[in-house]
Amino acid sequence: MAVLMEKVFPVEAGAYGTAGEASTTIKRTLKQLGVGAEVLRHVSVACYEVELNLVIHSLGGTLTLQVEPDKVTLISKDVGPGIPDIEKAMTEGFSTANEEARTLGFGAGMGLPNMKRNSTEFDIQSEVGVGTTITMSFALK
Amino acid sequence: MTVKELIELTGATDMTPDSPKDTEVTCGYTCDLLSWVMAHGKAGMAWITVQTHMNVIAVASLMEMAAVIIPEDIEMEEATLQKAKEEDITVLQSSRTAYELCALMAEAGLPGTPREA
Repeated sequence: MAVLMEKVFPVEAGAYGTAGEASTTIKRTLKQLGVGAEVLRHVSVACYEVELNLVIHSLGGTLTLQVEPDKVTLISKDVGPGIPDIEKAMTEGFSTANEEARTLGFGAGMGLPNMKRNSTEFDIQSEVGVGTTITMSFALK
Repeated sequence: MTVKELIELTGATDMTPDSPKDTEVTCGYTCDLLSWVMAHGKAGMAWITVQTHMNVIAVASLMEMAAVIIPEDIEMEEATLQKAKEEDITVLQSSRTAYELCALMAEAGLPGTPREA
């Protein structure tokens, strides 16, 4: 289906201070487009988690928002380091977050499970030394 | 209960005087793990946390919370308060502990978060 809108947000590794800004902008954009409160909430949670993952775990990447008539899609693409064991990473409570992230209240091991729980479709592809791509879509009723 | 009534109840200091105070507070919560709060947060929530960095405001704003309460006279960073003002999020500072704040809010009839099926 035709993509009505596409926006790309660069996300810097380790930039804790500005983490969440892309998610806030995405939420505001979708709200202006008239996306309902329930879907908006799901997109917001998943978007924030994936943005934080880019900040905490990746070497930097981008967050892409695509809006189609029947769905919203978020694509997170980073340049590494990649996830050696996706199944383990998807386990609630498992985290490899560093001390700095934990001090800030991250690293509860809820990120990926929260993304999966809040999205209609969830896909994660990762290769060590190459990078990780997470694609999430949210059905618009 | 409105944010204004929450301030009266707790005797907390309003750190963001210009934010809306007629917002309805729907429930109370306390937790310092942001991912956990993202999973369990609700619109209209009054959230008690000892975290004071910028991401607290990002979470509160994304979840459309009514207020963030910082217990035990912990000072919130100036940059975080500035962000709160930009996002219209009410930040309250209290000398009480998180436990005492929860007890007060519960006693006044403010529920915890509704359990999801």
